[in-house]
Amino acid sequence: MAERGGLLKRVLDLPNDDPRKTLFVAVSVALICAITVSLTAVLLRPVQVANLQREREAQLALIIAQLPGMEEILRSAGADSLVTRTVSLTDGGFAPDIDAATFDQRAAAGDPELSIELAPDSDIAGIKRRSNFAPVFFLEKDGRPFLTVLPFHGAGYQSTFYGYLALQEDLNTVAALTIYETGDTPGLGARIAEAEWQALWPGKQVADETGAIRIEAIRDAAGPHQVDAISGATRTTDGVTNALRFWLGDDGFGPFLDNLRSGDV
Amino acid sequence: MIAKQVLSPLIRENPVTLQILGICSALAVTTSVSTAFVMSVAVTIVLMLSNAAVSAIRHHLPNSIRLIVQITIIASLVIVIDQFLQAYAFEMSKRLSVFVGLIITNCIVLGRAEAFAARNPVWPSVLDGLGNGLGYSLILMIVGVVREVLGSGTLAGFAVLPTVDNGGWFEPLNLMLLPASAFFIIGLLIWAIRTWRREQVEVPDYRLIGEPEKRRS
Repeated sequence: MAERGGLLKRVLDLPNDDPRKTLFVAVSVALICAITVSLTAVLLRPVQVANLQREREAQLALIIAQLPGMEEILRSAGADSLVTRTVSLTDGGFAPDIDAATFDQRAAAGDPELSIELAPDSDIAGIKRRSNFAPVFFLEKDGRPFLTVLPFHGAGYQSTFYGYLALQEDLNTVAALTIYETGDTPGLGARIAEAEWQALWPGKQVADETGAIRIEAIRDAAGPHQVDAISGATRTTDGVTNALRFWLGDDGFGPFLDNLRSGDV
Repeated sequence: MIAKQVLSPLIRENPVTLQILGICSALAVTTSVSTAFVMSVAVTIVLMLSNAAVSAIRHHLPNSIRLIVQITIIASLVIVIDQFLQAYAFEMSKRLSVFVGLIITNCIVLGRAEAFAARNPVWPSVLDGLGNGLGYSLILMIVGVVREVLGSGTLAGFAVLPTVDNGGWFEPLNLMLLPASAFFIIGLLIWAIRTWRREQVEVPDYRLIGEPEKRRS
């Protein structure tokens, strides 16, 4: 130890403009900072994950609580009527082998075995990889889904946003839309996570008579498919439009919704 | 000495109103008192710790990598603070979002490290960090109070002016919720302080031809 102490002292005694000392200071500062940052991040990670989980659950509870008539249904059907099932996005059916309660879609999207890489022209949501499975939440009434809640995410202006889209019985009318996580500019893009803007969505139609997905957020919205975009946050709101179109489309929940409509699943 | 170091950056040498530093975050996080408060605490803690760290290694800091070492220290501290906010003040960290991370670019932090901590012992540097943090906090809180009361009719979340939406008489000023209003408020503050303390008025760099020369008194 004495020798090491001596070495440290010799390095510190070097003149400050000595390259060896410069290198030593640079490396040790970098090392100490790196250790501090990693330790904090690793130690606080469980608390942060729990926060995000709570946030997600709260949003899901909120989306259901806000729907008109929902309380009566919950009362008549029993509070545990909200069921979660894992859906295979590859074949549009249920995937009963995968436990929906523990399935982590975000982790799956990064796992080559559980996800696919999207070709640039089909990746309109800007998410690069899509998990092969996704959890879907159903509120059932007389054995039929009364409310179907789909998770979606997509690229905003400078971050990825995450949200839920709740569809009514006809699987075409929006019951609610909520976005619970975004890192876009506060006051501009981040307003997609505010209730005021999300309140514009219920009642809108996802697709037109031909089945083409028409829903979008756009300036001077008119008609049953359009919702007012947030001024000053065009790229973020375009991101929401693109994400919805992706997740309702062929690479997203499209096949599953078709199966659900025809009663094949 | 202690009192002077902590108190002088409050008004006499305030980093925001005298040195016009840290304006970006002062615009961004002051729509409500609560966000302004958390931001103030975060910046003050970062300032104190970064001043302490820079001061502690000041004799062994080679000039050629001085700035980058300081920025590395500041950046690490900011990430640590951000992680703590995400863990223990999750709601607040969502509302502050990127602006916590942007403390790294807050010129007050690097400014104090360069101007004070790099040449002074640890304890005075900590006090200097505290003083400047409080000076920044003071301005943020003033702007936050004005913007929240006039923009939303609330103060720290409690209704003080009954708004029209809630059946009252007060029509909230939407301008106050926009970043530009913070410019106006800070501008008015600077005007008020410089009217009171003439010595803060800067000598103009250029004069228009024919304009009579004004001397600093």
